[in-house]
Amino acid sequence: MAENEKTGKLLEVKDLHVSFFTPAGEVKAVGGISYDLNYGEVMGIVGESGSGKSVEAYSIIGLLQSPGKVIGGSITLEGEDVLAKSKEEMIALRGSKVAMIFQNPMTCLNPVYTIGNQLIEALKAHDKKVSKQEAAKRAMEMLELVGINNVQKRMKQYPHELSGGMRQRVMIAMGLICHPQLLIADEPTTALDVTIQAQILELMKDLQKKTHMGIIFITHNLGVVAEICDKVSVMYAGKMVEQGPVDDIFYKPGHPYTMGLLRSMPRVDAESYERLIPIEGTPVDMLNPPEGCPFAPRCEYAMKICLQKMPPYVELGDGHRSACWLRVQEQLQREKQGAAETKEVPEHE
Amino acid sequence: MTKYVLKRVLMAVITLFVVICLTFFLMNAVPGTPWLSEKTPSEATIAALNEKYGLDKPLIVQLGKYLENLAHLDFGNSIKMQKDRPVLEIILTMFPISASIGAIAILWAILVGVPLGCLAAYRRGTWVDSLLRVICTIGISMPGFVIATMLLHAFTGGIEGLKFFPTIFQQGTAKSYVLPCLALGFYPMCYLSRQTRTAMLDAINQEYIKTARAKGLRNKTIIFKHALRNALIPVITYLGPQIAFTLCGGFVVETVFTIPGLGRYFVSSISNRDYPLIMGTTIFLAAFIIVMNLIVDLLYKLVDPRINLAKGGE
Repeated sequence: MAENEKTGKLLEVKDLHVSFFTPAGEVKAVGGISYDLNYGEVMGIVGESGSGKSVEAYSIIGLLQSPGKVIGGSITLEGEDVLAKSKEEMIALRGSKVAMIFQNPMTCLNPVYTIGNQLIEALKAHDKKVSKQEAAKRAMEMLELVGINNVQKRMKQYPHELSGGMRQRVMIAMGLICHPQLLIADEPTTALDVTIQAQILELMKDLQKKTHMGIIFITHNLGVVAEICDKVSVMYAGKMVEQGPVDDIFYKPGHPYTMGLLRSMPRVDAESYERLIPIEGTPVDMLNPPEGCPFAPRCEYAMKICLQKMPPYVELGDGHRSACWLRVQEQLQREKQGAAETKEVPEHE
Repeated sequence: MTKYVLKRVLMAVITLFVVICLTFFLMNAVPGTPWLSEKTPSEATIAALNEKYGLDKPLIVQLGKYLENLAHLDFGNSIKMQKDRPVLEIILTMFPISASIGAIAILWAILVGVPLGCLAAYRRGTWVDSLLRVICTIGISMPGFVIATMLLHAFTGGIEGLKFFPTIFQQGTAKSYVLPCLALGFYPMCYLSRQTRTAMLDAINQEYIKTARAKGLRNKTIIFKHALRNALIPVITYLGPQIAFTLCGGFVVETVFTIPGLGRYFVSSISNRDYPLIMGTTIFLAAFIIVMNLIVDLLYKLVDPRINLAKGGE
């Protein structure tokens, strides 16, 4: 299965805008985010509820529900413009090139059909020529691959006869049955208890190595991110506030929101008396987002300019970038110092 | 499974017993006797008649006698409407007429109502949905006799050029069946369509529909395979008793179209105080509803594998 060891860009999202047109007004769920994902790379998208992380992922796979609409930007998958595809092409794309697994395995499988039926259906949707026996064989192979034993029996069982962890394994098997290049995992471990979470993460890591697929891992759990991701995008109020390799995000966070997230997370190496520090304030009212940086009203470092203008991205090295005026200031200072020390004209960017 | 069915049969017998006792005492509590008509017979005649049909005995003795006969499937004889004809025979000649009309009515109600409900759910918020909503609200809120009378008036000569169907019901002619079946099936059709719409909307918003879409299934498969089967569960619940009622005859429709069906007899036996016929039709209808409910409960298992009948249908 490791034959598709392609390299280069798998997915490129550029300045994506998604809005929901509700009776109360336009909600800019995603307000201009960009990122690249290479083949075989795992990217985490972190953010609190309502930050637009799921909406962003749903637009890749064309599952945005009305009244949600992509109103700007581009999504390019393997060199093809996803947003320009017809309905039929999107149906062909879903489940074959891009698969998705969801948060709650208890409700994501249809209760009235057997596991086997639902697995075979996923395969047959994209491979019309496959025979019944062969489809069943493939389905059983997939179940074995995701660590389910006694597959003959499982194929004939209904979802309610399986445990939550087992059902999430079935969901993963179903997602991977057509060998997708990209797997979008929308909080796949959130609804599971901790031991099962660890097992599912382990399984996904393992499968990712075997199949070399790209994964977009949506979560609000930084622990999970550290476990599985190569790089991380931090979202706040529909904006991507920070992005970078996972180590940089954890050890050199460049945005006060990321710092806040890290401080609010329990750590194994913490002193016993150390308290967790919550992020003060409440999430943004998406109907009336503040001008400037959306995090500014909750930010302890907020300056005057933060309330007026959205900061540009500042490169912090090695693909690590952050949208914060503090970093802009630092960069300007560095440039000034650099210019003063070397007495040279700063390099033009 | 067998144990479950046995349990249900036992419960059915108890239910029937209660129905019999209730009907018997209520029926006797209603003032009047079978012998009252335009000219009141003399005291002596009434006493003689009462003695002949055993109505002079205390109620509890009468009930005991009735139950004893019933154990031998003897429903007694009609004492007024079709004098001395066995009740069972009356029921068995009337029922097929009611049942055939009822069956056709419920069949078209299902075949039209369920797809219309799906359509309304699928196109919710559009003019299709609104139009269906209006039609169904009319069908549910308008009494059966209004629809029956309107149809009768319009298509049997009331409107010039639209006399397609006979005014008087004739058994065995297909034309006679059209209007009664239309009228009888209209209410269940509307009700089914509304219920299917609600259940479908509920099903469409479930997470497994999102999964199905993410799998790259076509809309048709998603609606008819994944959503409809889940949506059918509440629909079947309604269908059981409704089938029993419709098959046993819509009294109103049978009266309007002068159909000699069971439903008409069911009601006129009461106004005639034809005691054995009241008992017979009531028991028949009750038993029929009980059986239909049992069938529906067994059908659940086919549609929804989560239902475990061995544990009492939990």
